[in-house]
Amino acid sequence: MGEFFTSAVLVSTVASGLRLSTSYLFAAVGETFGQRSGVLNLGVDGIMLLGAFGAYYTVLNGGGLWLGMVVAITVGLVMGLAMAFTSVTLQAEQGISGIGFYLFGLGLSDLLFQKLVGTPLPIRGFPELRIPFLADLPVVGEMLFSHSIVVYAAFLLVPVAAFVLNRTTLGLKIRSVGENPEAADTLGVSVAGVRYLTVMTGSALAGLGGAALATELGIFQQNLTAGQGFIAVALVYFGAWRPVGVMAGSLLYGLVASVVLQLKTLGIIPRSASELAAMLPAVLTILALVVAVQRERQPAALTKPYERGA
Amino acid sequence: MRKLIVVVAALALVAAACGGAGDEAGGGEGAAEQPFRIAVVAPSAINDLAFSQSIYDGLVAIQEEMGGPTKVELAVTDGTFVVEDAAAAIRDYAAQGYDLVIAHGSQYGTSLQEIAPDFPDVSFAWGTAGDTFGLPNVFAYEAASNQGGYVMGVMAAALSESGVVGIIGPIEVGDAKLYVDGFAAGVKAQDPTVDVTINYTGSFSDVALAAEAARAAIGAGADVLTGTAQMVVGAVGVAQEEGVLWFGTQADQTQLAPEIVVASQVYHWEVVLRDMIDLIQQGTLGGEAYVIDLANGGEEIAFNPGFDLPADVKQLGQDTIQGIIDGSIVVPAGG
Repeated sequence: MGEFFTSAVLVSTVASGLRLSTSYLFAAVGETFGQRSGVLNLGVDGIMLLGAFGAYYTVLNGGGLWLGMVVAITVGLVMGLAMAFTSVTLQAEQGISGIGFYLFGLGLSDLLFQKLVGTPLPIRGFPELRIPFLADLPVVGEMLFSHSIVVYAAFLLVPVAAFVLNRTTLGLKIRSVGENPEAADTLGVSVAGVRYLTVMTGSALAGLGGAALATELGIFQQNLTAGQGFIAVALVYFGAWRPVGVMAGSLLYGLVASVVLQLKTLGIIPRSASELAAMLPAVLTILALVVAVQRERQPAALTKPYERGA
Repeated sequence: MRKLIVVVAALALVAAACGGAGDEAGGGEGAAEQPFRIAVVAPSAINDLAFSQSIYDGLVAIQEEMGGPTKVELAVTDGTFVVEDAAAAIRDYAAQGYDLVIAHGSQYGTSLQEIAPDFPDVSFAWGTAGDTFGLPNVFAYEAASNQGGYVMGVMAAALSESGVVGIIGPIEVGDAKLYVDGFAAGVKAQDPTVDVTINYTGSFSDVALAAEAARAAIGAGADVLTGTAQMVVGAVGVAQEEGVLWFGTQADQTQLAPEIVVASQVYHWEVVLRDMIDLIQQGTLGGEAYVIDLANGGEEIAFNPGFDLPADVKQLGQDTIQGIIDGSIVVPAGG
C-alpha cells in the first residue's frame, strides 16, 4: 500500500482522474440546464456518440480539431432540437423518448463509422497545454495544470453554468420554468422557448463531451462512450441539480476509477478482485445518490410536459 | 442450349424472389453448382483490427481459396454486442438454410445451445470455445493464444530497458486470460527480474479506461505494453503518444501505430474453417473442437516491417516459435 502514497503515483492518479472526469462533466453540466427547466434528456449518451463521431471524422479528414468541435456542437444542437420538439412540443414521455434518442445515436454513429471510416485509424488530439507558472509548481502543476485544453474547458464551464443559472435573468427563467411553469407562463415567460434553449444547450454540451472523449483518445469505435451519458444523467441527480455538485460527482467518479486502475497496476488490489473493483465507481455513485436524493428535492416540474390551461 | 439455361436461371431467380423456393428450379442438367453458404455473427465490427476482424479475414481467405463468391457465399452480421440480437441473427441464418452458421463470441454459447437442436440439418460453429455441448451439428474453435503471447512476452522482456512490462486486459476470461497468462509467462521465462503489471479494466468496450490503464502502467515504469480485446485501441494511442512499444494480438495492429508496434499475433481461422467445410461436405455437421496454434499455422507472429527490431531479438522470437512448434518449449496454459 505504501507504494501508492508516493508523490509520483498520486500525481498521475489525480491527473488521470481529471481526464476521466472531463467527458462526464461536459455532458452532466449540459444535462443540468435541461433538468433545471423540467426536461429529462436520457438521450445524452447517443448524442455524445454522434458528437464523438462528428469530431473524429472531421479531424480524420483534415478538418482540424477546432472544426471538429464545431461539428460536434452542431450535431448536438440538431439532436437537441429534435429532442426538444419531441418532449416539449409533442409532449412525449421523456424517459421513453430519451432512450429512443440514445438508441438512434448509438446505431447511427456506428453505421456512419462503418460506412465512412471502417478500420479505426488514430487521430491526434489537442496537445498538452501547460499553464505558464502554474504548471511549474511542484506536485499540483503536474496534477492540475498540464492537461489539454478540453480538460480546462470542462472545468471552466462549471462556474459559468453556475453563474448563468443562479445570477442571471435567464437562469431565473430556467429555474421558474422547472419549478412552476404555470406561474412562469403567467408572468410572460415562454415555457417552450426556455425549454428548447436549455435542451439544445445541453445537447450541444453532450456533443462536445463526446468530441472531448474522441479527441483525447484519438480514436472512434462502436459505442465509444460505453454508457458515459447515463452516468452523466445520474451525476446530475448526485449533484442536486447544481453545477458545482455535478462537478463534485464527476470528480468522484473519475478519481475512484483512476485510483482503482492505479491500485490494480501496482498489484495492490489482487487480480481475483479486479471485477469487483471495476464496479466501485458505479457502486459509490449509487450509494451517494441514495443519500443525495433523500436530502435534495428535484425541480418540481421535472419530466412533466407543460400545456397551457391543462 | 445456352439460351435455355439462361432462361431457366432467370426463372429460378424469379421463383426465388417470389416464394423463396429456389431449390426446385436448380435441378436441371447443367445448372450451376450451389455455392457453399456461410454466415457469421460477430459481436464487434468486422474491421475492428481485433476479434471480429480475425474471423472475417479467415472467411475471406477461404472464399478465395475455394474459388471466389460464386463458390462460397458469405453473409455477415456484425456489431451484435447484444446477445439477443445475435441469437435472432443466428436463428435467421439457420432458417434460411445456410450450410454453416458461425457464432463468433463466447457469449453466444447459451443461445447456440438452444438454437442448434432446432436445425439438425444446419451446421453451426461456436468460438472461441472448446465445447460442442455434445451436439452433433456444432463445431467449436479456439486459439492457443497463450503461445503467441508467450513468444511476444519473450521479446518484450528482451526489449524492455526499464525492467517493467505492462499488460492490459478486459475481463479475466477465455481468450483474453489465455493470452495475458501466456505473455506474462514469456516475460518471466526470458528474464525473471522483469516486473509484469497486469490490469484487467473490467470492460471489453471502455476505451477511455483502457487508455488510462496504459498511462498507469507507463507511470509504473513500463516501457513495453500489450493488451487484448477491442478496447485496446485507446491504450495503443497512449503508447504511441508516450513512445513506448506495443505488441498486438488477434489482428495485425501495425496500422494503428506504425512507429511503436513491434509485432502482432495474427489468427488464421481458415486453418480450421477448411477442415469444417470438408467435414460438412462429407456429411459430418459437427462434433469437433478445434484449436489453432503456432504448429498448425493458425497462429502467426506478424512483425511490423517498419519497426527497427534488433536482429538478435527477432531471432530470439523465431527460436521461441520453433521451440514451441517442436515441443522443446512448453507454454503453460494459464492458472
